[in-house]
Amino acid sequence: MTQAPFPPIAMLAELTHRCPLQCPYCSNPIDLLKADREMETERWLDVFEQVAAMGVLQVHLSGGEPTLRRDLEQFVSTLSQTGVYTNLITAGVGLAGIRLEALASAGLDHVQVSFQGANAETTARIGRHSGAHAQKLAAARHARALGLALTINAPIHRHNIAEIPDYIDLALSLGAERLEIANVQYAGWALLNRRYLLPDGASIEHQVATVEAARARLVGVLEIDFVVADHFATYPKPCMGGWGRDAFVIAPDGLVLPCHAAMTIPSLRFERFGSRPLADIWRDSPAFNAFRGTDWMLEPCRSCERRDVDWGGCRCQALALAGDAAAADPVCVRSPLHARMAMLLEETLPPSDARTGGDLIPPFAFRRIGRT
Amino acid sequence: MTADRRRGIVSAQSRPRLAPYVRLRFDPVRNAWAVLAPERVLWPDAIGLDILRRCDGKTSISAIVRELACEYDGQGQEIDADVGAFLQEWADRLLVRL
Ligand code: SF4
Ligand code: SF4
Repeated sequence: MTQAPFPPIAMLAELTHRCPLQCPYCSNPIDLLKADREMETERWLDVFEQVAAMGVLQVHLSGGEPTLRRDLEQFVSTLSQTGVYTNLITAGVGLAGIRLEALASAGLDHVQVSFQGANAETTARIGRHSGAHAQKLAAARHARALGLALTINAPIHRHNIAEIPDYIDLALSLGAERLEIANVQYAGWALLNRRYLLPDGASIEHQVATVEAARARLVGVLEIDFVVADHFATYPKPCMGGWGRDAFVIAPDGLVLPCHAAMTIPSLRFERFGSRPLADIWRDSPAFNAFRGTDWMLEPCRSCERRDVDWGGCRCQALALAGDAAAADPVCVRSPLHARMAMLLEETLPPSDARTGGDLIPPFAFRRIGRT
Repeated sequence: MTADRRRGIVSAQSRPRLAPYVRLRFDPVRNAWAVLAPERVLWPDAIGLDILRRCDGKTSISAIVRELACEYDGQGQEIDADVGAFLQEWADRLLVRL
């Protein structure tokens, strides 16, 4: 890094790893932190004051389930007083009613409710929570009634990929502004369960066509954000918009991370919030500078014209699949290891085994604390 | 309920306003005006900003065009087309309501 980095625009606060659901694709680490490892109220308030002063304009309050923190209203209120835009990333269980009202009056701007399925049955099966769907619907409707921006988040894998048209209807019927159709990213629990989650190629192609048609039909009515499936892509996604470029993450215990999966790169050492000012950690912590900009790149990225478009893709995926965190993300067709992506697909189950509709529960490792 | 929301189409009479969850804010760190929206930060240019500032739900598009034509000393027609295209795009992204 030759010049000082720009200030971050966004920050993801993973307030807790606790969650009433057990999604087998959860992006949290396998080693989930218990409540006693979470930072206290005062520390998080300090985080939020510091990020606002650094120039962060958007904070994503996430988890686990962020509403399990009883001090969430205080966080929202501190952020909104400094003009920071607040996004609540929630599963929506136990949220409708006085809780959401309190958050709205604290100044919350936007609620994103995840739906594990487009119907109650799929939601219960994937999230392992039988009453969740009705509670999510109630939360979404209440957010709408309170005038908050509403996004419906649909994490897609082989067990709900057939429900995309239903997700679109769901988002429309709830009056959401946005629908996020996000193919699961294979990190954390999703990586553990990849074999049972990866959709087959035909379903992915069908999905792309469905989403594109809906987008064209719903211009000005519903914004559809589409995160394509990595395993079928030509080029990788710019993970986090580039390492240490626009955004960063703070884990429940205060570790300051360039991306939520960064802990899977064992060569990096991360600093903990409070050791020194956050602005200093952002500017010159070795973990942030390790993959910032383009100087660290190897071929083929180093001389590639897309190097400051996708920043070489995901560092964690490069490590997991290419054995080197500085390699090109093997999602990229220009990576010499791109063929490994195809091999991963072969090891997934054929479409006939997917049985998306039935009550078959694959041998998922459902997310829970203290599993390892 | 907005369940049956329709796409808003720009006309001279529409009185645009920012969607209730969209905020226009000065950022002292970058010394620039930012538009904050769900999961998004946008940096409108000077003309964009002048349009967005007038999106108060009371001023009609034709009035906005008139004001901007004075301010920018421009051709009414050209400004008319620019403002219309800008607001249609922002309405289509659900940031402005017509
Ligand atoms: S993905 Fe599922 S288990 Fe993980 S935090 Fe979200 S709702 Fe909870
Ligand atoms: S070679 Fe590297 S920079 Fe170029 S497209 Fe592939 S991953 Fe991106």
